[in-house]
Amino acid sequence: MKLLTCPMNGTRPLSEFIFGGEYREAPNQDTCTDVEWAAYVHNRSGAPGDKKEWWYHSPSGTWFIAERNTLTDKVSRTYLLGANSDNSDTAQEISK
Amino acid sequence: MPLRLLKFALSKGHPAPRFFRALETPKKSYDVVIIGGGGHGLAAAYYLAKDHGITNVAVLEKGYIGGGNTGRNTTIVRSNYLTPEGVNFYDASVKIYEGLSEELDLNLFYSTRGHYTLAHTESAMRTMRWRAEVNKHVGVESRVVGPDEIAKACPQLDLSCSGQAPILGALFHAPGSVARHDGVAWGYARGADRLGAEIYQNTEVLGIDVKNGKVCGVKTNKGYIETKQVLCAVAGFTPRITEMVDLETPIVIHPLQACVTEPMKPWLNSIFVSGSLHVYLSQSSRGELVMGSSLDPYEVHSTRSTLDFVEGLTSHMLDMFPFLSNVKVVRQWAGMADMTPDFAPIMGKTPIEGFYIDAGWGTWGFKATPISGKTMAQTIANDSAPDLIHSFRLSRFEDYELTGEKGAASVGH
Ligand SMILES: Cc1cc2nc3c(=O)[nH]c(=O)nc-3n(C[C@H](O)[C@H](O)[C@H](O)COP(=O)(O)OP(=O)(O)OC[C@H]3O[C@@H](n4cnc5c(N)ncnc54)[C@H](O)[C@@H]3O)c2cc1C
Repeated sequence: MKLLTCPMNGTRPLSEFIFGGEYREAPNQDTCTDVEWAAYVHNRSGAPGDKKEWWYHSPSGTWFIAERNTLTDKVSRTYLLGANSDNSDTAQEISK
Repeated sequence: MPLRLLKFALSKGHPAPRFFRALETPKKSYDVVIIGGGGHGLAAAYYLAKDHGITNVAVLEKGYIGGGNTGRNTTIVRSNYLTPEGVNFYDASVKIYEGLSEELDLNLFYSTRGHYTLAHTESAMRTMRWRAEVNKHVGVESRVVGPDEIAKACPQLDLSCSGQAPILGALFHAPGSVARHDGVAWGYARGADRLGAEIYQNTEVLGIDVKNGKVCGVKTNKGYIETKQVLCAVAGFTPRITEMVDLETPIVIHPLQACVTEPMKPWLNSIFVSGSLHVYLSQSSRGELVMGSSLDPYEVHSTRSTLDFVEGLTSHMLDMFPFLSNVKVVRQWAGMADMTPDFAPIMGKTPIEGFYIDAGWGTWGFKATPISGKTMAQTIANDSAPDLIHSFRLSRFEDYELTGEKGAASVGH
């Protein structure tokens, strides 16, 4: 069984989680052009590599960030948004 | 034919006939370079030569032809989509498929079975009625049927689905078919090769040269090739190629898995899909049950297959067909599906002059192989996309003119 570590609830089966897509910064909607906004809404960086992603632990309702390589499917760390990803107190290192 | 067979039986070596020339090193330049030797790329090469007389063409395939999603799909061909644009497009493909074995002089085992999309809820019934009306309007044979007719077509089906999800009805689509997928790749490869196109296996595109917004060549593991026109037909590898030319698209890659059972005596004629149970199946001409399910739930660029998938799929399969409990699954595999947000493909021109895209085929592109080859050949020959694929253009996203096919493509591929 594949496992993922929720920063609030610890390591749980992957079936308890929902993938929320890549973490992305929205452009400023007051200043960006229509074309820039459409690109933000629809386009994705689809090529494989290390990505920062939204994941959701559904039994507890926790949204958090996972850093994952989309080619190897290895998760390097998970943390709550805002928690400094370099601070190992809040960032759960996963050594698998 | 029997004479040829007799001669072959009496010959000493029994050499396997080659389908296309075994070429090693590409030339310095071509009029058109096609990236990807799947069904789509090979069909485009065939129609470029046949319909437009363009034969100075190279198809570059990093592995072997048909080794991508073309050889991994569950071979369902149908046109019972949801939007008139989609129904028209896939119907044109079904019509080519019906005569394709003759045209390519190769038995593609194209077998028309009838296709049932089962509805277990009132809201699913509503979508079936909607699809039936759109299909009829466009002239495609689809209608809503009740449980009695389903039971007659397939007495082995448990209409109550173990009491979990009773079947209320189905969308029946008579032209629904299955075919031999690798045969489609080989047939188009042989046709294209005979007309003069060149096919290079083990030839990987590593970069694309763009100057002043125009394509001028491709870098490969076998050297540099000059060309002004490149067709990108690489399905699950699309984001890696579009990244080479800095082109953004909505495509994301999710694995899609399938499996087959040991061969059984023929008992299942039609193709059955259940959206609510997330499974579908058909019986191949070899007797195996070919079974699949919906997309893996998150992005991975890999063809790994999982136990979760077979467990989930088989448990729902037993809800529908309890008597299969003793039948063994013998193979499972995955392909990389290039998904779009509206479940419609991305075809045609791009902002880069000479860079054409045929992608976003996700879980549904096998059935489109003939028509996408034909329309992409037309697009390249005329440097302009035909009306039939206008709704699938890349710029539809910027125009907020999506072509919503999710209701017809999310489980039944
Ligand atoms: C499990 C599964 C079930 C499916 N079921 C169905 C179904 O029932 N009905 C249906 O209509 N569709 C189905 N599909 C979808 C269908 O298989 C695909 O959409 C279709 O086959 C895509 O064909 P293609 O020729 O575009 O791509 P592919 O066949 O994937 O060919 C692309 C080729 O490009 C090559 N390539 C990639 N990068 C490079 C490079 N840099 N240089 C050179 N070559 C490169 C690859 O090696 C590959 O051979 C299914 C898919 C899967 C995975």
